[in-house]
Amino acid sequence: MGTVTTRELTCIGCPMGCPLIVTMEAGEVISVTGNTCKRGDVYARKEVTNPTRIVTSTVRVSGGDADMVSVKTKEDIPKGKIFECVKALKSVEVPAPVHIGDVLVKDVAGTGVDIVATKNVESI
Amino acid sequence: MKTYDIVIIGGGPAGLAAAVSARENGIQDILILERDKELGGILNQCIHNGFGLHTFKEELTGPEYAGRFIKQVMDLGIEYKLHTMVMDISSDKIVTAMNREEGLFEIQAGAVILAMGCRERSRGALNIPGYRPAGIYSAGTAQRLVNMEGYMPGREVVILGSGDIGLIMARRMTLEGAKVKVVAELMPYSGGLKRNIVQCLNDYDIPLKLSHTVVDIKGKERVEGITLAEVDGKGKPIPGTEEEYTCDTLLLSCGLIPENEISRGMGVDMNPVTSGPKVNESLETNIEGVFACGNVLHVHDLVDFVSEEAKTAGRNAAEYVKNLQADTDDRDKHSREEAAEIVLNPVEGVRYTVPSTINPVHMDENLTVRFRVGGVYKNCYVSVYFDEERVIHKKRPVVAPGEMEQIKLTKEQLMKYPGLKTITVKIEEA
Repeated sequence: MGTVTTRELTCIGCPMGCPLIVTMEAGEVISVTGNTCKRGDVYARKEVTNPTRIVTSTVRVSGGDADMVSVKTKEDIPKGKIFECVKALKSVEVPAPVHIGDVLVKDVAGTGVDIVATKNVESI
Repeated sequence: MKTYDIVIIGGGPAGLAAAVSARENGIQDILILERDKELGGILNQCIHNGFGLHTFKEELTGPEYAGRFIKQVMDLGIEYKLHTMVMDISSDKIVTAMNREEGLFEIQAGAVILAMGCRERSRGALNIPGYRPAGIYSAGTAQRLVNMEGYMPGREVVILGSGDIGLIMARRMTLEGAKVKVVAELMPYSGGLKRNIVQCLNDYDIPLKLSHTVVDIKGKERVEGITLAEVDGKGKPIPGTEEEYTCDTLLLSCGLIPENEISRGMGVDMNPVTSGPKVNESLETNIEGVFACGNVLHVHDLVDFVSEEAKTAGRNAAEYVKNLQADTDDRDKHSREEAAEIVLNPVEGVRYTVPSTINPVHMDENLTVRFRVGGVYKNCYVSVYFDEERVIHKKRPVVAPGEMEQIKLTKEQLMKYPGLKTITVKIEEA
């Protein structure tokens, strides 16, 4: 029998922010309580084993009706890769037009996840 | 003078959803007036995700959420004017506006939907002592600079106020290379959503100091530092608790105020608690045919609820216009004079309700009453009384001022209580 530990988390699945208690034994999740829906359970299990986040930022646009376009990682990336991801976007400049969903950077910071535009910027 | 059946003031999330809803309810002749260079309002600078879980069942960023509604407005061919500032609306619904192409012009509206949103409480309104150096921004201004203009407002940052924009900006500034030293909150609880505290502060080890405020700003040309002090139960700084922080930037996230100069000017009755118009079940103000929705009515945490509210306002504005166009008998029948209005009475922990009154004859089958509480209550009940009788008693593990609450009422339920005068909404401790 391994040691039983508990970790308290606040669910971020939705604005309810349920207080979660995760009970673990030998690195394995044995129970999640405090959640009101399935998302809380999924979040808690992931958060204690492999925490990930969707990262949002901006990149420069040339020749567009705005100087910046907002972007996001198409899927969530490991929490530890957030800064590397944002850093990789600093030097990126894309030509207008850009449309929602366009892939602007492939495989950002070696995460296997693409950066996509979240706003339309038209050429001028 | 040009005429439109419905004129919508503001092309942000509320105005867009109201326009779509009014069109879907049969009104062709709609005009949206927007002062910015594009539709979408504040969502355009809210590049973080988490929008739309209720509306679209997926997590979108602000611009994506706005984009969905902008596309609907475009597809429906709804007219809009950008770069257009509304100066005044008369009580008989003549809208005076201006832009560079047309100069000053007037429009006669059949119905008006107020959707101007809100603005941030400024330093002046906070009475923080000290010089007036550069480097003090509202969190929303900093957000616009970073996310839309591509400028960093500073490198060493203190944030006063733990509202959602402040929390979001703590993370954003950190990601862009700034050092956010502390987020200070006057109240003993955060005004922001829990998920934002987790994702924006805890993830980046940014300390949150509750019951603290800025008591001094140092620096003449540029902010050089601030003094933070703990406050007592009444919000007064406690002598001897001062701490110095060096920083070049102070961001203020100290609350949002509905932007109602135009509403007041036209004689709309205001609710002193929300700083927004008082409205009935149709989200109609005391001026017939003038509706309000979104942050101009009361400040929301979730854009999904803004869209939902705006949809109701748009539908009711459409009904109003259709009734105007029907014969006058019908119009008299719909006048609000004839049926007794039920007054909603927020007490004991409930600060306000939207709407303020309900006319059961005019209400839809289902009505959402939104409200905010004045403090943090754990293991409490949200209770609703029809006059003396308790009809709703809903257990809640926690309610907090930062998260808007709602209760649902049905027409069927209200019709069972003829002569009902007051609906009281309160928090009851277990």
